[in-house]
Formats: sequence, C-alpha cells, structure tokens
Amino acid sequence: MKPGLFQYVRADDVEKAVSLLQEFGDEAQLLAGGQSLVPAMALRMALPDVLIDISSIAEMRSITLTDDVLRIGAGCRYVDVLRSEDVARAAPMLVQAIPFIAHEAIRNRGTIGGSLAHADPASELPACMLALDAAIVLQSASGARTIAAEDFFLGTYSTALDEGEMIIAVEIPAIAVNQHHRFLEISRRSGDYAISGGAFVLEMDAGIITAARLAFFAVGDCAVLAGSEALLGKPLNAETIDQVAQRVGEEITFYGDLYNGIGAKRQITKTLTRRLLAQFPGMEL
Amino acid sequence: MSTTSGKAQRHSQFVGQDKPRRNAIRHAHGRGRFVDDIAFGNLAHLAFLRSPYAHAEILEIDTEAARALPGVVDVFTGPDLVDICTPWVGKLDHFSGLRTPEQYPLAMERARWNGEPVVAVVAESRAIAEDALDLIMVEWAELPAIIGIDNSRSTNGPILHPQYDSNVAFVMNLTAGDAKAAFRDAAYIVEDTLELGRQTGLTLEPRSIVADFDPSLRKLTAYHSTQTPYQMQDVFVRHFNLSEENVRVISPDVGGSFGMKLHVYGEEMAAVAASIRLGRPVKFIADRMESFLSDIHLREHKVHARMALNSGGEILAMEVDDATGIGPFSVYPRTSAMEGNQALRLMGAPYKMPHYDGTLTVLFQNKAPTCQYRAVGHPIGVTVTEHLVDLAAKAVGLNPFEIRRRNIVTQDMYPHTTATGYILERLSHEECLAKLEALMDYPKLIAEQKEMRERGIYRGIGIAAFIEITNPGPAFYGIGGARISSQDGCVIKLEPSGKIRVSVSVTEQGQGTETIMAQVAATYLGVDLDHVDVVTGDTERTPYGGATWASRGAGIGGATVMKAALAMKENILEIAGVILQGEADDFDLVDGQIVDRSNQQVRMSLAEIGRIAYFRPDTLPQDYHPQLSVSRHFVPQGTPFDFTNGVQASYLEVDVETGIVKLLNHWVVEDCGIILNQQLVDEQIRGGVVHGLGGVLFEECLYSENGQMMSATMADYLAPLASEMPDIQIDHVCTPTEMTPLGAKGVGEAGTAAAGAVVLNAVNDALRPLGGTLRTTPLTPERILKALGKI
Ligand SMILES: Cc1cc2nc3c(=O)[nH]c(=O)nc-3n(C[C@H](O)[C@H](O)[C@H](O)COP(=O)(O)OP(=O)(O)OC[C@H]3O[C@@H](n4cnc5c(N)ncnc54)[C@H](O)[C@@H]3O)c2cc1C
Repeated sequence: MKPGLFQYVRADDVEKAVSLLQEFGDEAQLLAGGQSLVPAMALRMALPDVLIDISSIAEMRSITLTDDVLRIGAGCRYVDVLRSEDVARAAPMLVQAIPFIAHEAIRNRGTIGGSLAHADPASELPACMLALDAAIVLQSASGARTIAAEDFFLGTYSTALDEGEMIIAVEIPAIAVNQHHRFLEISRRSGDYAISGGAFVLEMDAGIITAARLAFFAVGDCAVLAGSEALLGKPLNAETIDQVAQRVGEEITFYGDLYNGIGAKRQITKTLTRRLLAQFPGMEL
Repeated sequence: MSTTSGKAQRHSQFVGQDKPRRNAIRHAHGRGRFVDDIAFGNLAHLAFLRSPYAHAEILEIDTEAARALPGVVDVFTGPDLVDICTPWVGKLDHFSGLRTPEQYPLAMERARWNGEPVVAVVAESRAIAEDALDLIMVEWAELPAIIGIDNSRSTNGPILHPQYDSNVAFVMNLTAGDAKAAFRDAAYIVEDTLELGRQTGLTLEPRSIVADFDPSLRKLTAYHSTQTPYQMQDVFVRHFNLSEENVRVISPDVGGSFGMKLHVYGEEMAAVAASIRLGRPVKFIADRMESFLSDIHLREHKVHARMALNSGGEILAMEVDDATGIGPFSVYPRTSAMEGNQALRLMGAPYKMPHYDGTLTVLFQNKAPTCQYRAVGHPIGVTVTEHLVDLAAKAVGLNPFEIRRRNIVTQDMYPHTTATGYILERLSHEECLAKLEALMDYPKLIAEQKEMRERGIYRGIGIAAFIEITNPGPAFYGIGGARISSQDGCVIKLEPSGKIRVSVSVTEQGQGTETIMAQVAATYLGVDLDHVDVVTGDTERTPYGGATWASRGAGIGGATVMKAALAMKENILEIAGVILQGEADDFDLVDGQIVDRSNQQVRMSLAEIGRIAYFRPDTLPQDYHPQLSVSRHFVPQGTPFDFTNGVQASYLEVDVETGIVKLLNHWVVEDCGIILNQQLVDEQIRGGVVHGLGGVLFEECLYSENGQMMSATMADYLAPLASEMPDIQIDHVCTPTEMTPLGAKGVGEAGTAAAGAVVLNAVNDALRPLGGTLRTTPLTPERILKALGKI
C-alpha cells in the first residue's frame, strides 16, 4: 500500500494553483485535506504524476457573511465550518450535518472543496449544497465562473469541473426567517457513510409549506432532489408526510451498495423522509 | 464473586489482584517494539503479486520488466522455490480421511483464491517492490470458481482439486445414544437452518516478519509476529532444511493475534526463502488489504439442525448437519477441520441431552483459507443450539430461563460427559443462570419490553448458555502428528540484586500474559511484583513450549511458573538456612525478605542472599553450591481440556422500519475457576464479547459470485466500533479446576462463544410479535427488513 511515484508542488495562492493546473493538465491532482485522495493513492487507484498542494492557500480559508450570502472558502476544513458563528447563523444545516461526516480526525483535515470535487454519492455536503441552493465558485487560469449546485454534480465522482478548473468557494443564501433546515442520516455505525441521508429545507407560511428542497444522498449515483413538489401548498401533517415519502420512493433512481440492495435503500429512504419531515416545527404543534 | 474452594485462600499477595498490563505504559509512551519498529542494516522489502481471480490457470509469467526496474533485488515465482522450501500439508492423523493437497509458498500452476500470492518481488523499498508488481505480466486462463457452500457441495458442479472426486475435504459423524428413536418418541421437534457469515481476524498489527538468514552459519533469525515461536521454529527447520539450533524465532511486541497468527502462511515462508536466496534480511508486513485477502478467515457454516424434546420440555436429542467452507486448502499445521470438529462437539453441550447425531462436511472453495480463530467453533455450536432452545421454549410454552433451567447439567452430575464426548470436570451452570437472572433483573426487562411494544418499539431479550474449551491437555495436537507442544517451560533466575527474572514459553499478544506470569511468580516466591521481570517470545532465551492459544496461557503457563517459583523459593530458603546457620524450614520468604517462620521477624533481604551467593561464596561452607536458577516444565494432565462455562444475555432494540439494531445492554456470568487478575479477566471477556458482537452484526467477508472479495478494506468490512457497543456487565462464579495446581482455567474465548447467539436470540425475540425470524448472520438491516417482509 505505497503510492506510485509523484512530484509534489505547493501552491501558496489560487493564481499559482490554477497556473500549475494549466501547466500539468490531467497529470496533476489537487491535494486538499488528502482524506480521499491519499487513501486512493495508497491503493494505487489514483496515480497522479504531480500533486498540487492547495492546503495552505490563505484566501481559500475564509468564511464571510455579507448581504445575506454566506461564502465559505473551499479550503475550509469541516472543523472550521463547524465552529463558525456565521455558518451557525446563516446555514444551520451544515452544523447539523458535519458531525455525521466520518470522525474527528478526518474532520480536522477534510475540506469543503475536497468533498464537493470528490463528489462521492454518499457524501453529506453535496446534498446540503443542493438543499441550500448553493452556488459553487470555480476558477481556472482563464477566469472564474459560478455554477448552481444542481448543475454541478453529474454522477458518481463526476462533476461539472472542467480541466484546469478548481473550486475556490461556495456561496449559500442565508436562511430566511420562515425557513427551516433539518438533516438526518441512517447508518449502521456512527461516522459511516450513510445507507440513506437527507438534507431538507422547508419554507412555511402560516403552517403551509411554500417552498421545499429535499435533497438525498447515498441513494443513487449522486445527491438528488426529490419529492419536494408534493409538499407545496400543504400543511405538514401525517398525511402529507406519507404522500411525500411515497413520492420520494418513486422518484429516486436507487442504487444498491455492498450491504443494501435497492429495496432496502428505498424502504430506508422512505423511513428517513418520514422521520426528517416529522422534525420540522410545523409537526411539533 | 463466590468461591467454592479453599484454593483461593492459599494464594497470598498478587494472585487475584487487579494489576494493569505491564506493557501498557510502554505502549502508551509510544515505546512499543513491533517487528516493523526494528531497524536492520541492508534490509530488503517484499511485496506480492496476488491472484486477481478466484480460480485460474497460470499460463505464463513475464517478470523481465520488473527485474529491470532499478532497486529491484529479486523476483521469484512458486516453482523457483522448490529447491529451498519443501511443501506442507494441513492434515492431522486423528482426522482420518481429511484430504488436502500439498501447499507451496506461492501458487504453482493454478491460483485458487482471489489474493493468493503468485509472484514475489524483493526490492530496496516496499514502494519500489510495488512499482515492480505493476510491471509483471501474467497470462491467466480463468476457471469456474466454487464459492458458496451449496456450490461446493453440488455433485455436478466444478471440482476444485482435479485429483479428488468431489470438493469434500473431510466428513465426520458423531453419534451418541439413539437419536432416531428420540425423535420418533418426541413430544416436540423444532428445526431450522442457520447460515453464519465468514469473518476475518483483523489484528491491529498485521502479519509481520523480518527473516534474516546468515549464509556463513546457515543460521536463520526470524523476527515474527506470531503466537507460537516454537512451532514456527520447527516449521522453518523442517521446510527449509535447517538445523534446529540454527533457527531462532523472536516475537517482540505482538499487536493482537486471536489465533490468526498461529498458522503457516505462504508470504512468511516466501520471506524466509527470499532471505536464504539473498543472504540479507527481508521484511514482509501485510498491508490492510493483504490482510483481508490472505489472513485466515473463519466460521462460514451452514447448519441444518433439529431438536427433540419430551412433553416436559426436556431436550432428548439433536440432529445436526453442519457444512463449512474452508477455502482451497486445509491450513497447516492445525488443519481447517478443527473448527467444524469443535462446533459439532459443542452442540447441546450445556445440556443433559442424551442422544446426538451430528455430521460435519468440510468443503473446498475458491476463497481465502479458514482456520482456528478465537473461540474456535464455539459461536457455531452455541448459536445453533441456543436458537433451537428458543424455538423449543416457544413450542413447549416455557420462558427462556425455565427451559434452560430444566435442561442444564446440574451440580450433582459431575464429572459429566456430554453426548458429544466432552468430559466436564465440574461446572456451575445452575449458579450462573441464577446469577444472570438477578443481575439483569429479568422480570423488569420483560415488563419494559411489553410496555414498549404497545408503543411500537420492538425490544428483544436473548440468553444463551455455553461451555468454553480451555487448557488443552497433552493429547491435543501431538496425537495427530503435529509438532506443537502441549507442555510449557519456565526458568527463574535470582539476580545478584535480589530481583527475579522469569523466562517462560507462553507468549504475550496484548492480553497481559506477562503480567499474569509476574503475579504468579511474585506470589509463590514471596517477592514484590515490581521485582519480577518476565521474558517471553524468543526461542533462544526461553524454554520450549506450546505458547499461547486455546485459552491456555494463564492456566498452563501460570501453573508452570508456579512450579518454578516454588522450586526457586526452596533453593533460596536453603541458601538462607546455610547463611543463617539454621534449617531451610526455619525460614520463609515474604515481601523479598527472609523471615523467621516462627515469628515473621526479618533476618535478611533477598538482595543480601544475592550478594553473598554470587560474590562471596567463599564465606559459604566447602562443597556448598547455591542453586540460583531453576527450571520447571508442566504438562497439563487429567481430562483432555479444562472446560469453563457461563451464560450471557443481550437486551436490544430493533428499528423495524430500517432494520438497524441498537444494543442496549449485555451481561456475562462466567466461571473460569481461580481468577488471577480480575481486570485482565474482565478485559478478556469484554474483548471477546465485542468479537462476537462484530460477527453477529457487522463483520462479513463478502465474495462476489465469481469469487472477488468485495469487503477487503476497512470501509467495506465493518468492524465493531466502541460507539455501537453496549455496556458489558460481568459477574463471576468460581469453580477451580483440580487439573492444575493453580486452579485457573482459561477465559480468552468465553465472551466470543455466546455473544453472537444472544444477539440473534434477542433480535428474534424482538421480532416475534411481527412474525419474522432471522437465520443468517451478520444481521444486516437488509436481512432484517426481508425477515419482516418490508422488502
Ligand atoms: C475513514 C474516512 C471516513 C470518511 N467518511 C466520510 C463521510 O462519512 N462522509 C463524507 O462526506 N466523507 C467522508 N470521508 C471523506 C472525507 O470527507 C474527505 O475529506 C473528503 O471527501 C475530501 O476532502 P479532502 O479535503 O480531504 O480532499 P482530498 O482528498 O485532498 O481531495 C479529494 C479530491 O478532490 C480534489 N480537490 C480537492 N480540493 C479541490 C478543489 N478546491 N477544487 C477542485 N478539486 C479539488 C482532489 O484533487 C481530489 O481529487 C471519509 C474519509 C475517511 C478517510
């Protein structure tokens, strides 16, 4: 379990990183927290010729909240996000979700950008970004662009990142007064990748749901939105919840994993949907 | 703890005291010294090209490019070693009919499991060796793979070893009384088919060896993470044609073993072969994926079993058909028939059951080989028996405690021989069962369970009785022709400072063997525990012995040390008598001081004895030669094993919408005879329970239909984590054995024996009102949802 030979370069700013990306093309890989890339290299499933270490790029490590937009630098580690007051205020979803990601040692190193770029279908953050309607800020030697999370995740380990591009930040609209965030996942052992997980955002007006974004992960080839329409214009009660769970079971194209076939995934996802919706304030009444 | 013998009182001082593991402080300081920590000059590193197929003909191997890579020292294949290493065969004479082909360090013309080592590369670094692996070209012709037990058993499917007429390696029948008649006359018959999933060992420190061959003397020194340095010395001597005095096996710190590090593996043999070829030290440390692919696996069993009872709920008979898949070879030198053999004999063993008819079928398959591992066969015997006992309880209309109470072997029956032939000296089932019922407050749990069910919460309670096989006697492996010693040896030396050095043939893998040996030595000598140093794990520095396996370390090793300590004490008192001009009998050794036996008055220190005996023998009488070291060997005698017994219980909750099981509580009442160190005994029980819980809920070596191992990383093979483990409450009953002077039996496997069975029973208890039964372990959410008819 030793990686193949590689060359190591450290980029101290984004400009350097994108110019190195341009120079080495697909022979290079960015190294952020290393929590996905390094194990893959040890198994020789990843064999980059050049590693561009972006972990010390200061401009990618800040978290700001301005004009109701929360901007998280791609180089922020899970632990940075978890401890940020701005995040707690503007995107409570992330504070709920991050403790479910792996274990502390990994959360001390793994980064937001690394998780989104890696696009593991079982990862928590891509689903959070879908639910939060986040925008992902990309940079290459030829310029920057912003892409909606919905358009970014294309499939298992597959994203809309072009060659030479990197993620430098995510931008999340801050939570509105009538909005609520809830996150839950079901797994056999704490810290495991989930059997099924959900990141839900609901907007309510006088007990009626006016907007919904229900995002799921660990269910298919990438994080997906499902069942949201079934909630619109309805009160959050047992009947609505049943209908939504049913819709979710029908809409998602489930993929099995090593231990759970499609049937188990569907059953558990429907259960998750029920339990998560039951956590929203409307239900507490 | 209740004590049923005066033996415990005879122990002074340190026996019976909680003492932390002596090496824990060193390990906590990062001062562990495992094989991989030892520095060598001129070290070369070994890596293997492994079979990507479960079953394939090796047509051609092209190693030219690999050899040409700078830093590569040697590349060899199976046939390259035939002149260096003789093949081995995993048979024992007393398993008559067991067949298995010769095995070589590397696959010869065929690869027979995914992960079998095929080509070895030796290089200046492990990374270069792995680079070279990528350059080796092998031409394979894939053959049909034999994977499932039914697949292997099928009479018209492919045959793994073409020289045999089927995939059957071994068949054993075991009968007692007249099972047929018992079933004919039974008031109740219950039956079921259970399948237990394959697990693997998962030691913290992987298999490790540095083989250092000195061609000038033809001397091999192997630094080897093994439980059995003497057995491995013998294996290296015989298969590499070396002289016994020229083979030294050193086992430094060993990070867990659990039986997995007892067996002969091709990789370690290839490391020795490489060192002999090159005349330089060669290191092989299995990485985690190699561990999953090539460490022994265990416990893949499919068992159909029936139980007959009379109208009073008394168990009359069991019929058992146990089929187990062992991979392509019976593992050397202990065989892969032992697990099934013990499983078959442990069926119904806590109970009075008079009639039995059991059949074991051991089958070849294209998966990693299986062999002995912690609680060999126990979880299978206990799970099958206790599942049927619960089914019977329901059929007869008894509660799970009552049916067990009616059937367990009672105090007036000892010595007792089970229907399966095990001779039990004296156990304590009744007392254990009564203690457990009180400890877990069974009536309260039943009430709670009922109340929860009304709210749609499904909790279950499972109990299981077990016996554990410990302290194997003189006829265990030797009788079958294996050169595995069942005796142990100990040398005790008085140092000039008055300190004591103990060297003993039982070994330490983290369980605290050295601490226990120090406690026994300090107690029977009469010295301070801190003045005793214990040396283990070096064939050149310790007496020859069986070492540590089959829960024999404390019981047999402890008795050996006790004998040596008593002899050393006799010598010391004799010297004291000479110096103090009295009789040896006038004195005693207490806390490292020579005292007058009559009034306990201190006469001189042990340090003073050391000083005079070593440096001033001129002051002693002519012709007096103080004996300052002693050696003793101990052979366990009497019954073939010292059995222990106990009972466990689990309380858990099943989430019936997700199939996830939450363990709420776990209880163990156990009887291992004299407790030498309760902290270490309880650690053994808790660790053992966790092994059992891992097996029943999480761990599984999954293979695809074509024989690819699918769960060969820590992400995919689910080990039990602390976060999912319940509290494990332990209580003891103490029935000492008369078979050893110390009275201690083993305890290393008791936890594992029944932990899985109680969880299976508890899950089935939880699901009872919904009408689903689990029969396959591990109990994954999917299997539970299927049993519930949710999917
Ligand atoms: C034991 C264990 C358990 C885990 N459990 C979970 C879990 O439960 N949930 C979960 O979500 N994850 C889990 N992970 C993965 C972890 O969260 C990773 O940290 C994360 O997926 C990748 O982040 P990283 O910063 O470590 O990225 P790296 O490993 O450094 O990189 C991952 C990939 O992303 C690319 N990349 C990194 N940064 C950028 C960027 N800014 N722009 C473009 N590409 C980039 C890299 O080139 C590489 O291809 C686990 C990991 C381990 C080791």
